Amino acid sequence: MSLERPDTVDDGAVEQTPDELEALLGDLVVDRDDHLNAPGFVIRPDTVQETLRTLKQQAGYDHLSVVSAQEYENRYESIYHLKKYDDPTQEVSVVVPADKDDPVSESGEPVFRTADWHEREAYDLIGIEYDDHPDLRRILLPETWQGHPLSMDYDKDRPQIATLPEHANPLEDHHKDAESDTMFLNIGPHHPATHGVLHLKTVLDGEQVADVEPDIGYLHRSEEQMAQSGTYRHQIMPYPDRWDYISAGLLNEWAYARAAEDLADIEVPEYAQVIRTMGAEMCRIAAHMLALATFALDINGDFTATFMYAINDRERVQNLLEDLTGQRLMFNYFRLGGVVWDLPEPREEFFSKTRDFLDQLPESVEEYHNLITSNEVFQMRTIDTGILPPEVAKNYGATGPVARGSGVDYDLRRDDPYGYYDELDWDVVTEDGCDNFSRLLVRMREVEESAKIIEQCVDLLEDWPEDERNIQANVPRTLRPDDDTEIYRAVEGAKGELGIYIRADGTDKPARFKIRSPCFSNLQTLPEMANGEYIPDVIAALGSLDVVLGEVDR
Amino acid sequence: MSSDQPFITDDSQVVTETRDARMTGQGDRFNSRLREAFGSSPFILTKFDKFLNWCRGSSMFMLQFGIACCSIEMMHTYAVKHDLDRFGSGVPRASPRQADVMIVPGTIVSKFAPRMKRVYDQMPEPKFVVGMGSCTISGGPFQEGYNVIKGAEEVIPIDIHVPGCPPRPEALVYGVVKLQERVANGEAAPVTVKPYELEEFSDLERDELVDKLADQIDDDELVMRYNFADSP
Repeated sequence: MSLERPDTVDDGAVEQTPDELEALLGDLVVDRDDHLNAPGFVIRPDTVQETLRTLKQQAGYDHLSVVSAQEYENRYESIYHLKKYDDPTQEVSVVVPADKDDPVSESGEPVFRTADWHEREAYDLIGIEYDDHPDLRRILLPETWQGHPLSMDYDKDRPQIATLPEHANPLEDHHKDAESDTMFLNIGPHHPATHGVLHLKTVLDGEQVADVEPDIGYLHRSEEQMAQSGTYRHQIMPYPDRWDYISAGLLNEWAYARAAEDLADIEVPEYAQVIRTMGAEMCRIAAHMLALATFALDINGDFTATFMYAINDRERVQNLLEDLTGQRLMFNYFRLGGVVWDLPEPREEFFSKTRDFLDQLPESVEEYHNLITSNEVFQMRTIDTGILPPEVAKNYGATGPVARGSGVDYDLRRDDPYGYYDELDWDVVTEDGCDNFSRLLVRMREVEESAKIIEQCVDLLEDWPEDERNIQANVPRTLRPDDDTEIYRAVEGAKGELGIYIRADGTDKPARFKIRSPCFSNLQTLPEMANGEYIPDVIAALGSLDVVLGEVDR
Repeated sequence: MSSDQPFITDDSQVVTETRDARMTGQGDRFNSRLREAFGSSPFILTKFDKFLNWCRGSSMFMLQFGIACCSIEMMHTYAVKHDLDRFGSGVPRASPRQADVMIVPGTIVSKFAPRMKRVYDQMPEPKFVVGMGSCTISGGPFQEGYNVIKGAEEVIPIDIHVPGCPPRPEALVYGVVKLQERVANGEAAPVTVKPYELEEFSDLERDELVDKLADQIDDDELVMRYNFADSP
């Protein structure tokens, strides 16, 4: 709950040196391939489960951030980026090369549930097959798609056919002899409760949910390809705004900025870091306000008043952000090595506007508590529904408010500090309820914490000496990071751990740009929360996950 | 109040008891500007088509349809501050069967295009479409994407394009009001045949790809066939 790490550190967080890890893995390691952020161990493709299990159980690496796959001239490669929930600065990469002609690799799914979707995505986009995977199908592209678009020999211009399928009830056979009979229900992809274009294949047994399977990819707009075809310096930065588009733009931009700055070894001036921190927290407030607004609507259509109130508060934050960046939604404000321009003139006016907003915020938050969290109808719908136990959350790689609502004390702003966060006084919010209500409460309390951060930033910026206002470091006009350097860096986005994996190949464009989207992992937990519950609770659980499909599908 | 404006009767010559009775004694509540404009005559003369277009343009039901980034700005347009309802078009309908206007707010990708076509087909005639943002014009920043449809007009006809990435709520309001103006004037977009239509799989021309998929797809399954090489 505070910036200080708890005194009692359990065994999981004991740091091992790379050599100790190598000794632990023993014969499993065939080679070393260190990344900038972590030691990398190359293993054989048929020992994935054994390696991951050893690292998880004996070294405490309990968080599989992401599986990033790529194709080289002579091989395919999957990288499992592992971390510890207790201390995310301890990282290790498990590098699994696969044969060029017959890319088969063992699945990590039995060890980390979250690998399910990540490996399906790797299969879909790159074409690596995962042995022992429970359900290796395409996940983002239509089932009938030809070719794997991020592999080397993909022809972008070839004709394709996409179907409009009638989905069959997957449980029909299972229930033939039982008393119960099931009904199949499509929710989405065009549905007001799905927050965008998400399709839930739901099987109902009476009013209860027997099975729910999220079907994604309706907004898969090739973000990774777009980033791979842009130059580091300027052409990639506009895209992060469009991943998590709920005004969380600056948080996303920071994810790219952090990865690329560490890759190219750029030091960001302190003044720019303070501005970044302030802007990012404004974005977080805006994003959480929308999460609150739409969640209230999902719970009860009569909560439109809450929606209007929250939108009203969002308009206020967006006005501030517009003053700062010049745009309402797609800010494109960060640059590698700093920000694009200084605070708007006259500065006093901007500060007083920001202060006005912060002054009225406690009143608004109080209003939300009156309107929804203390509302009996709302409590009945959200307390003790959509239960996500902490162990399950970790197994699925859930992060952000979803993990913190399950009592997992994990916030990269504190645990893996960047920007100016470690200089400021604020708390990480956790709730132990594990239910829909806790997740909402975490968001609402985080808004207050963000306000605290902004206030301190404003104080700092106000007193900053005029001749030390350096918003931009010296960055070469063209960035060409060294050949074959790889990095994975994450920031705390509005929805959780937003990470970027970049492999540089010596040119001015990334050879592989992989986005670790928090919503992608968080959405995977939906079946765990929804199965066995009533159908309205599925909608509540989905609302409390606060997924944004632009980030799920990328 | 010139006579070429619709729905206004020249009442300068007509002063009757009926009118006086209507104008007096009822309290101010009934003496609206409309009443003054109508004067003594309880009738208006206009063309039926013109009247119906005016009705249509003055009350448009929007389809609640969120796709991508632009839908956030679309929500702001519906909500407080910008309040699209002021212009008689702010009632989002959850079902396409109750909607007149579809705002397409975002990037269309290959997997979603058949669904959007289906939703469009489900809307009753007459129906109108506002394309919001650059993605619905050309694919916008994602035009180079391997499964991005290069503009919503490849799939459904669009009446008004609102450029921007995303357009500000003011821009969307302007676009919708322009659409209402056009509808009131009876100018809907001509429907053209789109390159990407829903077809039954068996109706596709047999080629290598169709042969390859033949054992995966039923003959009567609806499909959309993309030809990215010929896309703009």
